[in-house]
Amino acid sequence: MLVTNLTILVLAGFVGFAVISKVPNTLHTPLMSGTNAIHGIVLLGGLLLIGLSGNGFVNKLLLVIAIAFGTINIVGGFLVTDRMLEMFKRKPEPPPASDGDASAAGQPSETAR
Amino acid sequence: MTLPLASFLQDHDFIQVLYIVSFGLFIYGMSGLTGPRTAVRGNRIAAAGMALAVIATLLDPRMGNWGLIALGLVIGAAVGVPAARNVRMTAMPQMVALFNGVGGGAVALISWVEFRNTQGFAHTPTYVAVFSLFAAIVGSVSFWGSNIAFGKLQELIPGRPITLGRAQQLVNGALAAAAIGLAAAIVAGGHSQALIIGVLLCAAVLGNFVVLPIGGADMPVVISLLNAFTGLSAAATGVALNNPALIVAGMIVGASGTILTNLMAVAMNRSVPAIVAGGFGGGGVTAGAAGPGEHAGTVRSTSASDAAIQMAYARQVVVVPGYGMAVAQAQHAVREMAKVLEDRGVQVKYAIHPVAGRMPGHMNVLLAEADVPYEQLKEMDDVNPEFPRTDVALVIGANDVTNPAANSNPDSPIFGMPILNVNESQSVIVLKRSMNPGFAGIDNELYYDPKTAMLFGDAKASVDDITAELQAL
Repeated sequence: MLVTNLTILVLAGFVGFAVISKVPNTLHTPLMSGTNAIHGIVLLGGLLLIGLSGNGFVNKLLLVIAIAFGTINIVGGFLVTDRMLEMFKRKPEPPPASDGDASAAGQPSETAR
Repeated sequence: MTLPLASFLQDHDFIQVLYIVSFGLFIYGMSGLTGPRTAVRGNRIAAAGMALAVIATLLDPRMGNWGLIALGLVIGAAVGVPAARNVRMTAMPQMVALFNGVGGGAVALISWVEFRNTQGFAHTPTYVAVFSLFAAIVGSVSFWGSNIAFGKLQELIPGRPITLGRAQQLVNGALAAAAIGLAAAIVAGGHSQALIIGVLLCAAVLGNFVVLPIGGADMPVVISLLNAFTGLSAAATGVALNNPALIVAGMIVGASGTILTNLMAVAMNRSVPAIVAGGFGGGGVTAGAAGPGEHAGTVRSTSASDAAIQMAYARQVVVVPGYGMAVAQAQHAVREMAKVLEDRGVQVKYAIHPVAGRMPGHMNVLLAEADVPYEQLKEMDDVNPEFPRTDVALVIGANDVTNPAANSNPDSPIFGMPILNVNESQSVIVLKRSMNPGFAGIDNELYYDPKTAMLFGDAKASVDDITAELQAL
């Protein structure tokens, strides 16, 4: 198993480098928050441990926190990335107002979804 | 096939296939990020991959504790969704730091529970213990480091470097050695709960000590580095739990974080170890060589109406945004001004330095939010040849990335750092709150250049004033 896993690990590292190095500077913030969301996949570890062998109060407590953390990471990460990328995609149109309120401008795309 | 934690899943080939599909979706989704048009879809594909991975995990017939699983998921969603929906684009760096931190925290907690479940990795292959403990150390460093980064960016903690001075490196080294030593004791057969708690604690203090001495301007590197760490710790957890989806996802994140860390370090002409060892502002370095009082030149200040006239009759204006634009929330005002200029036939471009702002690509996100067309955002290497043909360079809250000393003064601490050659343009207007030096604490020679005019005040107010003057022309 170790050898198989290490093989996957090394190959995935090279694939990661190949894919990510093509991302332009402009999209680096969404890239970071998107990959950020992906490492929330540690959630699976929490699910496996609590679902298959969760016993004892302390273990359960720690795992519930871990699952909550992982979920924040995944859900928050993908949502925020989606918000940012929508802005990059949007066609230039008259900006809402020059009041400079950032959240107001983010709002329309939110409700549109 | 006898791993205690993962062997359950091994005979479910279907679940394994779902995992493979899900990491395929991650890779496919991430390759969509290579262009703004495919990026939204790419991100959603990756999210679908994530949903699939979670469902695949829950499919296992032996799954139990459903109430607790639901509790964790609901708490996480209740915190994550509103945070992601309401965060302002200017606050994106701290949001990413926070999300990164909780991911690292989850890794550390999972390793801890694994230790408890297996009575200190008794009767498990050695490599499981090694990878789990690696994940525990890196996850804990990443959790605490990210929280400190969040605190600094949110200005809960002073952005200036906080250090123990010369002792810092020794203390950090000792903490790292202690964490690794305790982990080695566990691998060697120690089963005491105190050992794993010791590992997590040492790593936690180390995480604090590594990030506290780093100044605000170095944040892009730190955030990238922590991102890489969390990814690698997730991959290590994947090896320990024998889960391919975790391994692949973790390595993609690790690769992305590493690439970004390198790019940021190169853009600052500094090595990653040097940044981690202590911030720019730390010792003031050799900044004394170009102290503020040494300049014979005077600073020329200008008014909004003069600036407006200068730009109105220009052929090309290049806007150089920096962290100051983010702080003043001036991105919409800038776009508004650019539209007025474009209506008058002035060509407007935006020059983005890789480390402008507090995370990679920070400025691009803000300008995209303000609907600046993607094509007008120029990277450093593309825009530098344009400056000699530029009539007005408008610097908004950027400092060190425009300092010509990086090219000309070998004594300057930032000598050799690639900069935007703003001083090559015909004239320069700098919007700045005051004459305070930037985060690096270095005086900017650009401000004493005879063709530079300073417009003091809040960046957003200044830009609004210029727009009003332009419209009145």
